[in-house]
Amino acid sequence: MSEFLYIYRGGDSAGSSASPEEMQKTMQKWVAWMKELGDQGHLKAIGNPLEPTGKVVKINAKGKAITDGPHAEAKDLVGGYTIVEAKDLDEAAELSKGCPHFETGGFVEVRPIMQINM
Amino acid sequence: METRAVDLDEHFFRHESGRLVAARTRVFGVHNLALAEDVVQDAFCRALEMWKLRGIPENPSAWLMATARNRAIDALRRERTARTFAPELSRLIESEWTLAPVVHELLGPQALKDDELRMMFSCCHPRLAEPAQVALILHILCGFSMDEVAAAFLSSRAAIEKRITRAKKVLASSKTLFELTAADFTARLSAVHRALYLLFNEGYHGASYESAIRVDLCREAIRLAGVLRRHPLASTPATLALGALMLLHTARLSARLDQAGELHSLFEQDRSQWDTELIAEGRRLLDISATGTELTEYHLEAAIAAVHADAASAEETDWPRIVELYDMLLAIRPSPVVALNRAIALAQQHGPERGLEAIRAIYGLDRLSDYPFYPAALGELELRSGRPELAREHFRAALSLARSPMERRFIERRIAVCEDQSN
Repeated sequence: MSEFLYIYRGGDSAGSSASPEEMQKTMQKWVAWMKELGDQGHLKAIGNPLEPTGKVVKINAKGKAITDGPHAEAKDLVGGYTIVEAKDLDEAAELSKGCPHFETGGFVEVRPIMQINM
Repeated sequence: METRAVDLDEHFFRHESGRLVAARTRVFGVHNLALAEDVVQDAFCRALEMWKLRGIPENPSAWLMATARNRAIDALRRERTARTFAPELSRLIESEWTLAPVVHELLGPQALKDDELRMMFSCCHPRLAEPAQVALILHILCGFSMDEVAAAFLSSRAAIEKRITRAKKVLASSKTLFELTAADFTARLSAVHRALYLLFNEGYHGASYESAIRVDLCREAIRLAGVLRRHPLASTPATLALGALMLLHTARLSARLDQAGELHSLFEQDRSQWDTELIAEGRRLLDISATGTELTEYHLEAAIAAVHADAASAEETDWPRIVELYDMLLAIRPSPVVALNRAIALAQQHGPERGLEAIRAIYGLDRLSDYPFYPAALGELELRSGRPELAREHFRAALSLARSPMERRFIERRIAVCEDQSN
């Protein structure tokens, strides 16, 4: 088994116009999905949500400059991550199709975590 | 890895929303209602982001309350120069030393008790028409979005948005939430009763053909009637009777509207499906509502529902008692719909011809011209009088007035019966 990072991008999160009822339904779908991943032995770490704010530090002509970030557009903004275990990248990608994030306009980036074989 | 699986109440967010908005409105002032709503929406977004990954916390209600309180502190810090708050609050939020402790105290569990109730009274502002009051209650206290309110009333989103926006402006004209000690408490309480009654009726008899929406409306009305009942000042005989009438009707809801979305009249309902616990609780409330000297329309409607609940079948119902109760109801609140129901009860007691006669004698009959159950009642009684062709004509008229596919299918089934009997 290998490990993969699910990066949840975009979607309707902060500033959402959903009603409390809709939010509860979305939340419950996530809870069910996480449980399913766990029950099938795919969940390595449930991960964390990220604040929509932050800083970006970059080197420019004057040295290291700190600006308000993140610079990603709202539709690509990273909202959180989870670590899963799967046979290979194909399985990990296939598994992510059940993620409720797609239903609120988001998408999932699936990245293999590099393995160190000593 | 395991995520925690704490079960939430089915409508947890919706109900917390009303309470949280009401409390923040108290602190910010009614003219800052929109800010209160934004703060709560923000807290919900954070709960959603956190809980969807980390699972639901042990005490979700306390988590939300703390998050919404911190958001309120942020909002006050951000807005303290741009907006006007109550003078005493303005002074206290100017300093970082007092801001957080003051908000903690104002939004602490001790202070929250009556906010929902005061918001309910505020929504029933005398300058607002009844439909606007009901829409406002649904939106603010039940957390229904504009779209959800529109679906409940089978209305367009634009029309509902206009109605609610206007209503909020009227609300904002009073700086504070309604005081439960105010001189016009009794008058306002009657308006609240009426609004909750209409909310319940919208669910029970309304036009929305999604049974889930209808059940939600009934459930919300019952919940808010419970909030009224738990407050010593608001727990009057009329409040208790209103609660009784809601429970006694709801007991029949699943038999009235089956899983397939088919409507069944009282005469064809499977009475074994009536909820005996709700009937018992409704009857208990009705009993204790009879303590005062006040006899309201809610007492009478609950009493009628209780007579039905007692009967094992339509035939075994105490129809003379029901006619008597309808007569009393007509004296308190004359309405052609009540008169129509009385005529149907009279037909059960004395036969269909008497019922038809009573319908023809209804005062203000023209006000029923859009009501599908008026021609349907005529059809029913003609059918029982052995005139299926005439009955079919009435049902056809009813069909053209039907407000939902559910009502349409119900009437079509009656037309089929008429056609069977004509042949």
